Amino acid sequence: MRITIDGREIEAREGATIFDAAGAAGIDIPVLCHDPRLDPVGVCRLCVVDVGERVLAAACVRRCEPGMEVRTNTSDIEADRAVLTELLMSEQPADHEADRRERAFGDNALLACARRYDAWGDSLPRGGGRADDTSSSVIHVDHQACILCDRCIRACDELQNNEVIGRTGKGHDSRIAFDLDVPMGQSTCVSCGECAAVCPTGALVDVAIGPELRPRDELEAVDSVCPYCGVGCALTYHVDRERNAIVFAEGRESPGNRQRLCVKGRYGWDYAAHPQRLRVPLIRRDDAYPKGALSKDVRGEHDGRRKPGGIVDYDEVLPAFREATWDEALDLVAERLSTIRDRDGPDALAGFGSAKCSNEEAYLFQKLVRACFGTNNVDHCTRLCHASSVAALLEGIGSGAVTTTYGDIANAGAALLAGTNTTANHPVAATFFKEARKRGTKLIVVDPRREAIAEHADHYCRIKPGTDVAFYNAMMQVIIEEELGDRAFIEERTENYDALATLVADYPPERAGAICGVEPDDIRAVARAFGSADSAIVFWGMGISQHVYGTNNARCLIALALLTGNIGKAGAGLHPLRGQNNVQGASDAGLIPMVYPDYQSVEDPAIREKFESAWGRELSPQRGLTVVEIAHAALEGSVKGMYIMGENPFLSDPNVNKVRKALSNLDFLVVQDIFLTETAEFADVILPASSYMEKLGTYTNTDRRVQIGRPVLEMPGEARLDWEVVCDVSTRMGFPMDYASPSEIFDEFAGLTNAYATLSHDNLGAVGKLWPNPDPERDDGPVVLFDDAFPTENGRAKFVPAEWTAARELPDDDYPFVLNTGRLLEHWHTGVMTRRTRVLDAIAPEAFVAMHPDDGSANGLSDGDNVTVESRRGSVTLRLRLTTRECRGAVFMPIHFREAAANLLTLDELDPDGKIPEFKFCAVRVSAAG
Amino acid sequence: MLKVPHVTSYLTEHFAEDAFGTLAGYEKKGGYAAARKALTEMAPGDVIELVKASGLQGRGGAGFNTGLKWSFMPADSDVPKYLVCNADESEPGSFKDRILLERSPHQLLEGILIAAYAVGACTTFIYIRGEYSFPADQVERAVAEAYDQGHLGPNVLGSGFRHDVVVHRGAGAYICGEETGLLESLEGKKGQPRKKPPFPAQVGAFGMPTTVNNVETFCHVPYIVNRGAEWFRGFGTEASPGTTLFGVSGHVVKPGLFELPLGTPLSEIVFEHAGGIAGGRKVKGVIPGGMSMPILPAGQLDVPMANESLRERGTMLGTGGIMVMDETTCMVRVGCVISYFFRDESCGQCTQCREGTGWLNKIMNRIERGAGQSEDLGVLLDIAAKMEGQTICAFADAAAWPVQGLLRHFRADFEEHVRLGRCPFTASFEL
Ligand SMILES: Cc1cc2nc3c(=O)[nH]c(=O)nc-3n(C[C@H](O)[C@H](O)[C@H](O)COP(=O)(O)O)c2cc1C
Ligand code: SF4
Ligand code: SF4
Ligand code: SF4
Ligand code: FES
Repeated sequence: MRITIDGREIEAREGATIFDAAGAAGIDIPVLCHDPRLDPVGVCRLCVVDVGERVLAAACVRRCEPGMEVRTNTSDIEADRAVLTELLMSEQPADHEADRRERAFGDNALLACARRYDAWGDSLPRGGGRADDTSSSVIHVDHQACILCDRCIRACDELQNNEVIGRTGKGHDSRIAFDLDVPMGQSTCVSCGECAAVCPTGALVDVAIGPELRPRDELEAVDSVCPYCGVGCALTYHVDRERNAIVFAEGRESPGNRQRLCVKGRYGWDYAAHPQRLRVPLIRRDDAYPKGALSKDVRGEHDGRRKPGGIVDYDEVLPAFREATWDEALDLVAERLSTIRDRDGPDALAGFGSAKCSNEEAYLFQKLVRACFGTNNVDHCTRLCHASSVAALLEGIGSGAVTTTYGDIANAGAALLAGTNTTANHPVAATFFKEARKRGTKLIVVDPRREAIAEHADHYCRIKPGTDVAFYNAMMQVIIEEELGDRAFIEERTENYDALATLVADYPPERAGAICGVEPDDIRAVARAFGSADSAIVFWGMGISQHVYGTNNARCLIALALLTGNIGKAGAGLHPLRGQNNVQGASDAGLIPMVYPDYQSVEDPAIREKFESAWGRELSPQRGLTVVEIAHAALEGSVKGMYIMGENPFLSDPNVNKVRKALSNLDFLVVQDIFLTETAEFADVILPASSYMEKLGTYTNTDRRVQIGRPVLEMPGEARLDWEVVCDVSTRMGFPMDYASPSEIFDEFAGLTNAYATLSHDNLGAVGKLWPNPDPERDDGPVVLFDDAFPTENGRAKFVPAEWTAARELPDDDYPFVLNTGRLLEHWHTGVMTRRTRVLDAIAPEAFVAMHPDDGSANGLSDGDNVTVESRRGSVTLRLRLTTRECRGAVFMPIHFREAAANLLTLDELDPDGKIPEFKFCAVRVSAAG
Repeated sequence: MLKVPHVTSYLTEHFAEDAFGTLAGYEKKGGYAAARKALTEMAPGDVIELVKASGLQGRGGAGFNTGLKWSFMPADSDVPKYLVCNADESEPGSFKDRILLERSPHQLLEGILIAAYAVGACTTFIYIRGEYSFPADQVERAVAEAYDQGHLGPNVLGSGFRHDVVVHRGAGAYICGEETGLLESLEGKKGQPRKKPPFPAQVGAFGMPTTVNNVETFCHVPYIVNRGAEWFRGFGTEASPGTTLFGVSGHVVKPGLFELPLGTPLSEIVFEHAGGIAGGRKVKGVIPGGMSMPILPAGQLDVPMANESLRERGTMLGTGGIMVMDETTCMVRVGCVISYFFRDESCGQCTQCREGTGWLNKIMNRIERGAGQSEDLGVLLDIAAKMEGQTICAFADAAAWPVQGLLRHFRADFEEHVRLGRCPFTASFEL
């Protein structure tokens, strides 16, 4: 449509606001409350324009109408804006020079108006008297500086979907408020920082984390990716190069996070600058043999009192080591590992890489183990998170990756969230889930724990721990009985349907309901909601995978999607939410004992030959051992030497007391890490590595999005890049490795795969690319995979029916509770990074065990009590938290706390297919601590 | 030009009789005949045309032509349409709706039925100010009676027209009288006026086309249907037909509610109907239409009480709430009271309104305390001027106008405060 703005004829898009149309034509209208990412509310009235009506119209909300004549900058309007600015400025804190936002980021939009209109609030008596709220660890609230633009309210509601902020009071006494007007730090705020990111004044400003905050243009902006979870949010670090410090982080536009971040990404990066960073290679002193744990926590000595949480005391552990040169340390590593290899055979060696490694590092590490050590004993923490999911997916649909992105939930009629505490573990993905729910996607949450996401669910089913298979079989029974399945899909694209139908016929909701503790009609309702949706996605987390029947759990979810034809179209698919930032990539790169890069079997002679010729070495034809199997082998003595790069199995593996013995029993252990971890206490040599912030590499998120992480800091002391260290060890062990850069490593890796074949550092662009990607120069990559065939031999997907079996260690009179373990929003895995970031440690400083209040009172325990949790394998003492998030009869412990390690209690039994341990079900008792 | 009516009142004719408040008593006086006629003998469009022709203006404050407003409702649409009766009456100085609700709830329901039929509404929400507990009880009782007798429900008066009425009590915020603030509140949200467009006739209550009318507006409708547009135009002026209810308060001998034709001179209302100024004192100023309307000085009371003539004097009819002040009144103190009200009652969305009302009040108080400066008068006018015509709703205008009126006619009072450094009026009350 044609409209006239300031005398210029302009073509405006249907539905465009005057502000948008003017902007497109290069006409600037000042705004305060408007932010293009948020629904406009038109409250500040700075953008008012004359459209020939009695009342001026707010350009940010008023839509263009054909033939409209708009005047944006008459002297009257400018005078209105000047008075408006004057009114606002008179309420601002008096000292503009000291304005928090201006000092912090240099972008106070109100001060910019004050400059534009030379209106400093001086013609009015100064306002004042509204208090500061300093209760949040991450955001300083200055109510006096707030101009009630509602940006923070909308950011919290519309972007993060947390709905914490609102307005309270009315008239001149209006204020923003958190929840029902409690201090921010006591509210349900999850410290994502989105509100502070959008605030135009000094009212909500980040608290400095590292050095004092400074305006953007005094800093260098480095585009990178968040180092924490599998969502892989795009962000920008603002860096002070001179002081070698990150000053602040900001979300960056990308399909994956649309500028959103969570508390870890936005505020959790200062671990890299922690004084405990390792700076020189360390060699164990002769008097520190025989090897064993060094610190009290790792020795597992309880002195009865629960000491305040924290990180390792270096005074306790460092005396066991002496500093060494890189040459000395590397020579020692090469000599000792070579000796074991040559004396005891290649399979006496093993390596743990990490899902925190880049693709390049992961590729190189598995190449080191396979080609240089000569064994397939290489694994990493994917074994502990989604190994079972991947096993089921490879078996069922021929590919272990997600079939669609989490953002595709926007197109889904229904979404099943199975065993995933998404708001804590994939916080930014959760914002998309909640957003989709608001727009009409039916959200189904099935989990024994009533997590925060359950509050957004259309259907929430609290199943008893360990009854997933029965529940999903019953859902399928209903779907088949009520003919809600997709017959055409089943016939054309799947096999083995009859076996599934026969098996699930034995799981009518009445029977399953009795097993799961769910009303049969609730199972029916959920089955109908899922089965009748036009499209549906299944998301799952570790509540599904971390069981001895984890593969069976995943098989059921896969079957559910196949049964309803929900793979290969928009808004439908299978999405195991990947935990680590690079668990997808590290697996793709072959950090798995059974497969080379891109899931090519080590047992297939043709494939082996391909890798032998690429690497120039004969390779072992036997699949290697998995994480827990390696620990068991170390205990037995068949694995004698290990190279651990960036993993902390002491805390991350089940049954820590056994792991302690296993690690002590190794002839030789080299640990390459950025801190002296619990695992490193058992090392002969410790190599100081580079942190994420210090290196270039690619990382593949849960969506299959391959993104570049860039160096923002210099390494401390003599720390070195991990890939270079791997090359040096390999070369010294007689298998020379020589690369000029990570991008050269990437090219070698990509060349050995189909998934990455077309990708290179040069074509990943600003926001990365999804694999597989036929045309990365032009295309972001396919969101939905398998729209016509599955990568199986006959192109069909396979139903794999699974019977429900009870958990391995059921509660009994001695150990009456089920122990479930997992993560917290603020912490990451074994806490090595997050417990060394100021903010995250401040928000969640201590270990706890959570229990249902009724179980608490039945056992005479109160919230805040010190309790001892014991299993048949160990015991820990920690604080009790009573919460209805837990179900009756089960307790939950986070895994991040070394001083109360949940894995002292867990069971090291394995799933037969995925070899994943049982982290989420063992029997414990809880009693008041002496 | 004022026409002499044959009957002085129709709305309030039977108000002396308690029975008029009951369905039986109301029907005895001919009640519901108009609704029967409209619902069975007239097409909806005819009703709208009739009301248009009568020239009935909304009595909620803005004086918009009622028939015209009804005609904005989409005629054929398959979504539900709603009607809202605005009974939030919170304008200081107004109490007419309260008396109508208390004494003649069926008169209101009949008007609602006719209007609902005209615009095709399935449900009417009567939004009653929270403090109006007795009036709300009366309306709820009347609604129950009407359902009982089939005057509401699936088959209204046997006409086949279906209509439901929901009584909703407010929670005590002036801004919920503004029609879109009301709709938000009705939907259970914070009473913050909506941005327009879209107007309620397009997107109103619960997202559906909606018409909002004042209590009194509805009450006139049955008489128009029964007696015709010409009859209605026999009252009041050419531009402002009909009678209205003037509520008179302040320093008068006989404060109260008077139904008089529009166009009745203000002086007649104050000095004849309300008995003149109490204690033999002189009048100083009169607010003609509720607190948000600019005040008139003693010399301008000859003005006919109709919008067209009041506008010429820089003020408006508003809700017809007349507040009379005698010579002992400190007009700065009046400014303090008025600006305090608006400072407190703004919803706080728009900057000019939220900040402006605060500053007007602060400066008024400062002048009253004797701490005012001569520039303050200019600042008051500057802020008031910039509050007009640029906000989401008309509240900011309504907060600015009284200040402008006071300074227009009583600037001397303000200057005297500044000059003396104190309030010269002895009888001033504590704030
Ligand atoms: C701040 C403000 C308060 C208002 N309060 C009321 C009120 O209490 N009652 C009322 O009928 N109209 C009130 N109005 C007017 C309504 O917005 C609306 O115009 C009126 O209800 C329409 O009815 P009418 O056309 O029958 O007059 C108010 C308007 C504003 C701007
Ligand atoms: S930090 Fe995040 S959750 Fe907390 S109030 Fe701000 S936007 Fe909401
Ligand atoms: S805190 Fe900031 S973003 Fe929120 S309303 Fe106030 S000025 Fe706006
Ligand atoms: S003008 Fe005042 S009352 Fe009306 S919407 Fe704006 S702030 Fe609210
Ligand atoms: S920017 Fe348009 S009203 Fe605030």
